[in-house]
Amino acid sequence: MAITLTEQAAKHVQNYLAKRGKGVGLRLAVRTTGCSGLAYVLEFADEATEGDAAFESHGVKVFVDPKSLVYIDGTELDYAREGLNEGFKFNNPNVKDACGCGESFNV
Amino acid sequence: MALLQIAEPGMSAAPHQHRLAVGIDLGTTNSLVATVRSGMSIVLNDETGRPLLPSIVRYDAHGHTEVGYAAQAHQCVDPHNTIVSVKRFMGRGLKDIPHANEMPYQFIDAPGMVQIKTCAGIITPVEISAEILKTLRSRAEKALGGELVGVVITVPAYFDDAQRQATKDAARLAGLNVLRLLNEPTAAAVAYGLDNASEGIYAVYDLGGGTFDISILRLQKGVFEVLATNGDSALGGDDFDRRIFCWVLEQATLTPLNANDTRLLMAKAREVKEELTNHPETRFTAMLSTGEMVDLQITSKILSEITQSLVQKTLAPTRKALRDAGLSVEEIKGVVMVGGATRMPHIQRAVAEFFQQEPLTNLDPDKVVALGAAIQANVLAGNKSSEEMLLLDVIPLSLGIETMGGLVEKVIPRNATIPTARGQDFTTYKDGQTAMSFHVVQGERELVADCRSLARFELRGIPPMVAGAARIRLTFQVDADGLLSVSAREQISGVEAAITVKPSYGLTDDQITSMLSASQSFASHDMQARALAEQRVEAQSILAAVDAALAADSALLTAPELSAITASQRALQDTLAGTDHRAIKNAIEALNRATENFAARRMDASIKQALTGQKIADLST
Repeated sequence: MAITLTEQAAKHVQNYLAKRGKGVGLRLAVRTTGCSGLAYVLEFADEATEGDAAFESHGVKVFVDPKSLVYIDGTELDYAREGLNEGFKFNNPNVKDACGCGESFNV
Repeated sequence: MALLQIAEPGMSAAPHQHRLAVGIDLGTTNSLVATVRSGMSIVLNDETGRPLLPSIVRYDAHGHTEVGYAAQAHQCVDPHNTIVSVKRFMGRGLKDIPHANEMPYQFIDAPGMVQIKTCAGIITPVEISAEILKTLRSRAEKALGGELVGVVITVPAYFDDAQRQATKDAARLAGLNVLRLLNEPTAAAVAYGLDNASEGIYAVYDLGGGTFDISILRLQKGVFEVLATNGDSALGGDDFDRRIFCWVLEQATLTPLNANDTRLLMAKAREVKEELTNHPETRFTAMLSTGEMVDLQITSKILSEITQSLVQKTLAPTRKALRDAGLSVEEIKGVVMVGGATRMPHIQRAVAEFFQQEPLTNLDPDKVVALGAAIQANVLAGNKSSEEMLLLDVIPLSLGIETMGGLVEKVIPRNATIPTARGQDFTTYKDGQTAMSFHVVQGERELVADCRSLARFELRGIPPMVAGAARIRLTFQVDADGLLSVSAREQISGVEAAITVKPSYGLTDDQITSMLSASQSFASHDMQARALAEQRVEAQSILAAVDAALAADSALLTAPELSAITASQRALQDTLAGTDHRAIKNAIEALNRATENFAARRMDASIKQALTGQKIADLST
């Protein structure tokens, strides 16, 4: 298993990283919070932390700490546009149910 | 599924706690809204992908408003009720507005701010600006998928307290929480400074639709310090349009025009001006309401000639700002161009010549202010550690107090960095004087009559003393928005008086409240609409139920009973065509009453049917 990005998502991440001017890639994680148990964390990564699992997809490096990986292994990160809104979307095969808005989830 | 943005390391928000913040450039001609998305400042477009919202509001007789392009489309046909460039009227009295008699509006010189009579009633500039802000707010909330925590709104550096207060009032009326008012050139510097991260002293030359600002800024280790600001709050791209308009009148020897034709030619003048940015020549063609045809050839050379004095008018304040900052032209490392009017090639040439270098134009001059405001909003909303950016701003005009003989004693000099607090001691001038009246003014002139009056207040209860014995400490405090509060304290007795400056052109809380309650009348309108829809649905379902019951069991009814029910049904049908939800409700109740017996009889009949042929013993189990 691995973490992957769609081509669209990778394009946006690279664009944002270039604009930001620093950072080695993207950090994905989960933390225990939110109305349905777990919530996604999506951040710029300035450095890899020891023990991180690292993936590369369409030229973007993705870092995941081992504790988080069990919840999101196999996830595909997509970039979507809904009306005027746009942003990243986690297609996570581990999710059993999510809260109405999808910001937090359960496995 | 919610759409997520990339956060800075360690700054991820908990679910449902994203702090959505936007920057708004509330411009004279166009307004924009921008936000920081995944660390990048971007302008939010409308549904059809257009970034700009023309700052135009149209009122119709039913109290509805159109904002932006929709209003712009009616600019020529309905000039009296279509308000353009409202920013020029913010916090201004009629006497402050140049060319007011040439504008197609019916101004009312109300005490404080000017008002405009439209077919929807008398409207204040604050309400008009609020309509623009509401439109941007709804665009932003749609684009970001949630409510805004706060906004940063930009204002020209030269706006005085009254104009700043009016802008804040408009935001409040639009339901926005203002995190800060930010000077436009400072916002532009934020956009450029962070992106390019080059240190040095910069000039920001901002020629917008209706205002000109020149600011001298120092960028150092990511810190912006405004060294000096100057400008002209009544000079902008509109004036270039007006020059073209006047040139056309002169060339075509036109007689005085009606409001529609004036508006038509002004709109044409703007088109021609924009055309001349990329083309050396173009034609000015328009058909007047009299059937007269205007068709003239205009070149960029002509434009340059007829607007030369306007360009010069921007260079005088530029010189003054440099002098205020104690700098020479050689010390300016770069010149940032802001505002759509700076696209005009002859302006870029004039600026390049003045500063002896090519101005920076690598960010869209229309968007740069909004982009910077968004970055600032993002910091203030707490999405980024504020250590990364400290923003020093200055007071554009000196703040002072009236002293004997109508003179101004300056307490806070212009270009003082804010937030700030300064104190000054005053004393009584008569034996036994127990009260003192203070008159707070803003401006550079020496006489009170030449400055803008901001507020008056009194300090009472000073113990009687000989003249000159009382020590009254006057403290001026200016917050981060550039808004002022003044307090006076008699040091010996401790009596105190204070005032938060509601500038004479600002709105009082009562006025704001009444405007808010007026805006709430739309809420009750919405509520009525919902009640109507609910009653209609209810009526449809009960009508269907009665129809079904009649089809099945009309045999249970006598002829008069049946006709009473069908009459009630028809009555309900009739009310459905109307819009009175109470009438529908009453008709529903009437039908309920008419069918009460019928329903009871149907129940009896079905029970009887169910019981037929069954033994008591079977039923008791």
